[in-house]
Amino acid sequence: MSKRTIIPFGPQHPVLPEPIHLDLVLEDEKVVQAIPRIGYVHRGLEKLVEKQEYANMVYVAERICGICSFIHAQTCSQAIEDLLPIEVPERALYLRTIWAEMSRTHSHLLWLGLMADAFGFEALFMHCWRLREKILDMVEDTAGGRVIFGSCKVGGVRVDIEDAKLKDIVIQYNDLEKEIKEITDVFVEDYSVKHRLVDVGVMSKEDAHVLGAVGPTMRGSGVAKDMRTLGYAAYKYLKFEPVVETAGDCYARTKVRIREVFQSIDLIRQAVAQIPGGPIAVKVTGNPTGSSFQCVEQARGDVAYYLKANGTKNLERFRVRTPTFANIPPLLKMLGGCELADVPVIVLSIDPCISCTER
Amino acid sequence: MIMRHEDIAIKIQPEELVGKVSGLQGDGCRLVQIACSKTKENNFELVYSFEKDYKFCNLTFEVPPDAEVESISSMCFSAFLYENEIHDLFGLKIKHIAVDFQGTLYETAVKYPMSVETK
Amino acid sequence: MAFLKLAGTVTKRMGMKSACYMYPVVAREFTKTTRGHVELDSADCIYCGLCQRKCPTKAIEVNRQEKNWTIQPLRCIVCSGCVDVCPKKCLRMENTYSSSVTSKF
Repeated sequence: MSKRTIIPFGPQHPVLPEPIHLDLVLEDEKVVQAIPRIGYVHRGLEKLVEKQEYANMVYVAERICGICSFIHAQTCSQAIEDLLPIEVPERALYLRTIWAEMSRTHSHLLWLGLMADAFGFEALFMHCWRLREKILDMVEDTAGGRVIFGSCKVGGVRVDIEDAKLKDIVIQYNDLEKEIKEITDVFVEDYSVKHRLVDVGVMSKEDAHVLGAVGPTMRGSGVAKDMRTLGYAAYKYLKFEPVVETAGDCYARTKVRIREVFQSIDLIRQAVAQIPGGPIAVKVTGNPTGSSFQCVEQARGDVAYYLKANGTKNLERFRVRTPTFANIPPLLKMLGGCELADVPVIVLSIDPCISCTER
Repeated sequence: MIMRHEDIAIKIQPEELVGKVSGLQGDGCRLVQIACSKTKENNFELVYSFEKDYKFCNLTFEVPPDAEVESISSMCFSAFLYENEIHDLFGLKIKHIAVDFQGTLYETAVKYPMSVETK
Repeated sequence: MAFLKLAGTVTKRMGMKSACYMYPVVAREFTKTTRGHVELDSADCIYCGLCQRKCPTKAIEVNRQEKNWTIQPLRCIVCSGCVDVCPKKCLRMENTYSSSVTSKF
């Protein structure tokens, strides 16, 4: 057996947008084991329930993560509505779906850019973010914020999108779709890109299931599971199939996300075509009781909310399991046996969001 | 979709945990999350969520704050992060975790910030 | 196998206008719905303190006796909760961001 070396990776590393530390045990150039360390950005947001009223927890949930902000707010509202219990108007459900899919497209484009940056393709990175900027502008135009949407509340949504604006969103997405296709073709077909992604960080279907991988990380390994099929919000009225790739390497995970961008655009089109009129929110009265468990598909995977209430203004427990938290054990599995030079690409391929993870 | 926790919860005894989890693992369920919370009687309530084909199942039980819970990370490796987190935030002791950070996963200014004593 | 896939896009973009604009020479355009910062028309305000109670970050302070309404812009998360709750509709959400300051308060 050759000599073992331990190389610290992170929390400061050019490829990492957020701090995670990995101790990589190496044999020559091969990683044999990786041990994670998190806890650099723990903010104690779950503890805030003791101080904030339940309606204000939506703002807190929205700030757990800057990228999945809207879906966090949606899940939190959904769980509190379940506890109250109240029925949300149809139009609000559709609007939530449209915003959730917009946030998914911008999150995936952000990740594609970061991935391009990780394998050293700066120009591609800039083109991905140029397209993402257009989506952010649309979000600002409809919701009011660029990254923190701030448009979801318990009982519905806070702002309406006029029908003319909805049609405009679809027109803009139709144009964007062509441009996105042009850029994503580079990821799928380019020789040098494939060289960095194909057969890197392979995870089998069994491992993905047993280790509890979520989202595109799981679907890249051939497990066809997408929490949107549970039919929350307006997804029960829309037609879609979970995107699956079977190879289980970084290239498969990239392809899943690319296909999901187009799937999201299609879902927005369907939602805009079907959206009914009517009120966008109902009046919220009373205090929540009981406990609720929600599982919602975010851009990075499914987020699980477990809320417990005791009939007062403050919730008793606000527990969030974010997708990256569930994706760390699969990441350790992928890292075993890879080359040291591939570590940054593999770490990025799970779309890590550490602020999310630690809350 | 409405998914009340009460509908999918299965109450078990703390000693049964390891047996039940290995049974669920054998059925091909995957671990979704582990949550800990305080109860009115100042005990800890643990919720282990599993999922198979979009069917959820929450194993729940209550333990007193000074109890020791057996880790399930030998059967599902992905549990180790949740268990370390529960130990660091609540101060609940969990035995035989696969990767035990020994209280250094979250180094908070207040030790065990969500524990029963500090409230 | 494809080589230099991005070259086409790059060449095409060469003849086009830059995607970025020269800030601050070219001013940023805000949309109508942008949540920028909170403003008060103090003439209509009855100093009821609802906004203070609603504010999730406790950025607003209202003093009924002294007829005083203050906001700490750095604490404000621009959620527009105070604007929604104002009974006299004298609070409004401006669509420009609050200007830079040289000291904290």
